[in-house]
This record gives sequence, C-alpha cells and structure tokens, in this order.
Amino acid sequence: MDITEVPVTQKGKSKKKKTKSDEMKNAEQSDKMKTDGVEVKEEKTEANVVFPPTFSVSEIKNKQRRHLMFMKLKQEKRKQKMELKKKKKSQEKLLGKKAPPKQVPKTIENQRVYDETTVDPEDEEVAFDEATDEFSAYFNGITNPKVLITTGDRPRGRTVKFCEQLATVIPHAHVYYRRGLALKRIIPQCIARDFTYLIVVNEDRKVPNGLVLCHLPEGPTAHFKVSSVRLRKEMKRRGKDPTEHSPEVILNNFTTRLGHSIGRMFAALFPQNPQFVGRQVATFHNQRDFIFFRFHRYIFKNEKKVGMQELGPRFTLKLRSLQKGTFDSKFGEYEWVLKRHEMDACRRKFQL
Amino acid sequence: MGENSRPCTVWLGSETGILKGVSVSRRQAFNFCDSSQLSRQHEVRTLCWADEAESELLVGAVDGTVKTFSMEKGAFTDMRSCGDPAEGNFVGLAVLDSGATLVTCVESGLLRVWRDESSEPATEIRVGSDVARMRQNPEHRHKVATGGKDNCLKVWDLENPEKPVFTAKNLRDDWLSLRQPHWVKDMAFIPGSDKVVTCTGYHQVHVYDPSTPQRRPVLEATFGEYPLTALSLPAAGGSAVVGNTHGQIAVLDLRKGLVRGCFKGLSGGVRALQCHASQPLVASCGLDRFLRIHSLEDRRVQHKVYLKSRLNCLLLASRQLEEPADSQGDAEQEVKEEDEADDVWDAMEQVEEREENLKRKTSEEEEDNPKRKASGDENPTQKTADEEGENSKREALSDTSGEGGENPGKKTSEEEEAQTQKNKRKRKKAQA
Repeated sequence: MDITEVPVTQKGKSKKKKTKSDEMKNAEQSDKMKTDGVEVKEEKTEANVVFPPTFSVSEIKNKQRRHLMFMKLKQEKRKQKMELKKKKKSQEKLLGKKAPPKQVPKTIENQRVYDETTVDPEDEEVAFDEATDEFSAYFNGITNPKVLITTGDRPRGRTVKFCEQLATVIPHAHVYYRRGLALKRIIPQCIARDFTYLIVVNEDRKVPNGLVLCHLPEGPTAHFKVSSVRLRKEMKRRGKDPTEHSPEVILNNFTTRLGHSIGRMFAALFPQNPQFVGRQVATFHNQRDFIFFRFHRYIFKNEKKVGMQELGPRFTLKLRSLQKGTFDSKFGEYEWVLKRHEMDACRRKFQL
Repeated sequence: MGENSRPCTVWLGSETGILKGVSVSRRQAFNFCDSSQLSRQHEVRTLCWADEAESELLVGAVDGTVKTFSMEKGAFTDMRSCGDPAEGNFVGLAVLDSGATLVTCVESGLLRVWRDESSEPATEIRVGSDVARMRQNPEHRHKVATGGKDNCLKVWDLENPEKPVFTAKNLRDDWLSLRQPHWVKDMAFIPGSDKVVTCTGYHQVHVYDPSTPQRRPVLEATFGEYPLTALSLPAAGGSAVVGNTHGQIAVLDLRKGLVRGCFKGLSGGVRALQCHASQPLVASCGLDRFLRIHSLEDRRVQHKVYLKSRLNCLLLASRQLEEPADSQGDAEQEVKEEDEADDVWDAMEQVEEREENLKRKTSEEEEDNPKRKASGDENPTQKTADEEGENSKREALSDTSGEGGENPGKKTSEEEEAQTQKNKRKRKKAQA
C-alpha cells in the first residue's frame, strides 16, 4: 500500500506511545524506507525527533491524533514543572537560609502604578486639610450622624427591601418614600431637621444600581455605581437579623487623597463609640477602585480563633464622581469625576 | 527663604491658606505661609502682581486682608485690611500707579480703590450683587470689568467712577419669550482693541465690543454642558482657553466660535487658568489638587505637579517658564553634542575616501566606478546610461527618501556626503 501522507503528520513526536500511534509510526517508517532513502531514519521511542521550529500541535489535521499529541505535550510540561519544583524544594532543604528567596507572583495589586497623591501619615498640610474639612464637625464629636434614606421616584421590589435593610445596618437611619420630590428642595428641609446624611438609592428595572451620598450641612456629594446587591434572604449561612447596636467600621485600603475623603465619608455615617458594644462590624474594603461592603457578626472563641456570621446586605460600589457642595449635578463644582477613557486606560492605575 | 522664592515661576493660592511657588525647571514646589498656624481664614482667593517688575505679590484672603509677599525675601512683608469678611470673598484684585493704589472687589459688589496705606477706601463703587469676577485691562490699567450672576458685564473707568463705560445687555428672549438667564463667571480683555470676552455659567462664551453701538454679544460660542469657570487668552490671539466645573479645558476659536481642541488630564473642576505671556503654554489648577501645564500647540501635558490642597488661584511669571540658568547648562550640553557630532561626520569623511580607493582597485567595478562616482558626487538625481538606469533610479529614490526623512533645512555638505556614501553602500548591497 502506498500511503502518501502529508509531510506534517510524519513529524509526530516520538514519546511514550499508545498502540494506535505505534502502528501509524511503523507504517510511516516503512513508507519512508520505501520512498526516500536519503532522509534520516526516524528512531523510535527513546531519542527525541528534531522538528522544524515552526511546527505546532495545532497543525495536525487528524482530530484524534491532535488530541493525543496535545495530551502528551501537557503531560510533558507538567512533568517538567514537577521536576523543577522538586529541585527547588531539595535546594531549599540543602541550603536552608542561604537558598534563593521565593519568587513572588505578579498580581495587578503588586504592579500598581505608584500614585503621587498617596497620603503620607506625617504630612502636616494634608492633616490640616482633613482636620478642617467638611467632616471635622463629626470627627470632633460635635454632631451625631442622622441619615435619611430614600430612593428615586416609584421604587420597586428589591430597591425597597434594600433600603429597609440598609436602614437596619446604619444606626439612626430613616427611610422615606420619595413621592416625586425634588432633591434640591428636600435638602434644606433635612438640614433644618438636623440630618447629616442623605442617601438616595437609584434603581433601574427594579434593581438598585446607583447611590448618591450627600453630606448635609455643606458637604461633598458622592455618586456611586452599585452592583452585586445580595439581600438578606439570599445569603447563605447567615445569622439572625442585626440588632440595634452600633457596628464597628473597618475601612480598608483607602490610600490616596481621594480615597481618604471617601473613607471619611463612610466613617461619618456611623456613630463614634470607642467602647464596642454588640459584636457587629461593617466593612468597606477598597480593592482596585471597587468598594465592597460587608456586614458581619463576630465572636472570639479564644485568643486566636474568631467565628463570623455574615448578616445584612452585601453590595459593591464604584465611585463615579465627587462633587463639592450639596447635590447639584448641573451647576456644582466637581472635585473628581471618573473619565473612563483617560483613567481606565491603564490597568494598573487606580484612583482610590 | 529668598532662594526658594526666586526661581519660582508659577504661584498658586490654596484653600488652606498656603501660598505655593513652583519652580518648573527644578521640579520643586515650595510652601510659603504667613503665620506658623494654618487657618482656613487665610484661604487665598486672589493673587496679583504688585508691580510691573513682578518682584512682589499681592495675596487676597478670605478674612478680608491683602498681604504682600516679596520674592527677594521669600516672606510676607506687609498686610492691610481691605474690607469685612461679611461682605463676601475677594473676586478681584488690581493694582494701579505701580503699586501705590489697590483696587479690590468683593462678592457683594463693592469695588473699592485704596490709596497709600489708608484704611478707608478713596473711592467706592457698587457694581451690583453676586459679583463673580473683576478683571483689569492690561493695556488701559484704569479700566476694570465686573460681572456676576444675573449681573451683566460692566466696564468701569476708575477715573470717572460714576457710571460704567459699557454695560452689556442680556441676550434676546428665547423662542418662548422668556428671559434668558445670565451668569458671567470670568472675563478677559482682548489686547489691541476694546473687546471683552466673557464665559458664563450656562456654558457660553460671549465677545462684547464696546466700540460698536451693539450692547449685546458680538459673538457667541458654547462648549460642553457645565458652567465655565475660567477663561484665559493666549498670547497668539484669536482664540480663548476655557475651563469648566467638570475638569474639561478647551481652546475655542474666537473668529468662528468653534471648539479647536480639548486639554485632557484634569479630573476636578477648574478654578484658575492662565496662558503664558510669550510661550505657547497654559497653566491650570483646580479642585483635584494638581497644577498642570499644557502646551498650546499639541495640547499635551508638559508638567504635572501634585500640591496637596485644593487650589484657588494661579499666577504665572512673565519670564520664561524654564529657568534661564538651567537652560544655559542645557545649551552647553547641546554644544558638546554638536562637537561630538562633528567628530562623527569627520570620521565618516575619511572612511568615504578610503571606499573610493577600494572601488578604483576592484577590477569588476572599474567600468562602472567613474560613472557612479560622477553621478554620486555631482548630482545625485542625474540619470546616467541605461545600464545604470536602474541603479540611478534606486539611488534617486533612496536619496529622496533620505532627504525627506532628514530635516531638509539643516543639510550641510557633510551630511550630503555621508548620505551619498550610504547610497553607495546600498547600491553595493543591492548588486551583491
């Protein structure tokens, strides 16, 4: 039988073979010996065959053979990796302390471009700026937080439940229906009734998707995009409903000047009380410019172990704009605006 | 202290009360503060040069005081109280008679002229309420313009303070016969004429011409959807640079009223803009705590400096932005580089001569050599015999491409020789 095979298939890798490929290989070799005597005879299992550098497994047209070759390739690679690991481990054991240090894998957080607005804790100017900004009244203990939560006009389903649950999480929070009132008219009334915060939850198709957080006397207004909202009944292994105690607040990873302002905004939502009562904690964790909100109840079993139950809603925020002054999206001055084409162009540069 | 302030070419006032001087060439920013205690009462609202020589700065603060800052000493030398903080913040500061007279304007509309250290104003004019800005005409220094919310542009002559020289009229009622709202936020005088450009809170830019009987704007241009907060005119003329509350800065053409381009990079509202007096640069500062200097020609950021407080106002020195002392150093380096380059060219000449010798010696190319040399040395684009038609074409192409690539204006004989030598190399390669 004169099998005229395509040249590519002749260059099969000679590794640990299965029966099928063995047969094919024999056929090939016999074929070669018949047709070209000049070519170098391909050896069998032991020695590696020399391939032209442009060969790749994907060029084999036969699906089964291709799959086989690919599996073999993977096994080879895995083997090499395991050998390397073993080598490294044995080296480490031998050398002990003198062994070369472990390589740290690159992550996006590792590769973050250094932001020049990162706050230095000893910077006097920034400290003065923060000490005299709009939140100074809260941080000096002069005012207590009082929050008004409302929605856009005609809220539906999930948004209403979300607002109710938010009100249980934030102490001294009151939920009111919007009823088509203009925000610019609500704000002076809130100020007259000593509210310190106004939260407006915006919704789209019965799902909350935006949050406007306005600090009241004359404070900044932050507009966030809300995503991944999980209400209480959707939480797995959750505990009982949160109690009336004020939670602790954890603010993670707000390093830049803008991050500091936003962190202070979140902190000013909750009453200050250094004597923690009720083992509840609200966490605002910033990672890659997304702020993750979680609400837990914890209990220390002993010095080292902690048991945690997640209660309460869980959502993700992304800052879209920070405006100086109370809510005035048309004529207000913006301290920071997210400009996607300029700021989101680099994957390793973050603003918060 | 003086050594810090002397090289600074950009001066900024911040909300924390600190006067910041930035030396762009040295890439350093210096803080100058009046008292050891920072206070929000000292928040800087306006800045202006006290004299033509720009040796002193006048700083207007929220508490109604105007302080003098000396560049030589690098410290605040004088302070005078010019008004009550209850009347509102300063919106404009100007100087007449080379420092002897001070003109201040506050938000409530009181424009005052202070003479010679007296505590009472010599003249007081009421320019309306809710004034947003007062600016002085750089050519006719006794003329000032004011404007504000629902307060039309008015040009005042300080020598005849009774009536304004020019009062603008509001735009025509719109198609529903409703009065158009009017909010002048910033203005500038166009040098060489009487015209005034204003930018409004309703994202419009208007040009008024007092020499014509028309009191309504002569030209109207719009940009963006947010209030325009700052305006500046480049030295070249015919255009205006505006900034809005969203951090967008654009250069508008004042002949047709079109947007010519945007300056990118700002993330917060623009508080102050200024174009350099001679160089094509524009400096901007705002609520995002950065000073940015863009080039007007290619609209790219040249310098970006982080200054830790929100910035309210900005002042550029008329001299070169990059310090002359440093630029001398650069010039020396350039001279050195040119010397090196000359050496390189000299070396290349010698090599070329050797090559010619080589060519003469080779027997294969003996016939072609004189023709090629002739074509190469005398006139590169000259076409020779048919045999070498291709060669010469190739040479011509490579020549023209080479010429196009390099700067045509700067061709010296050395460069030309080097080029022809390169071409010869290419021809050799092609043949081989």
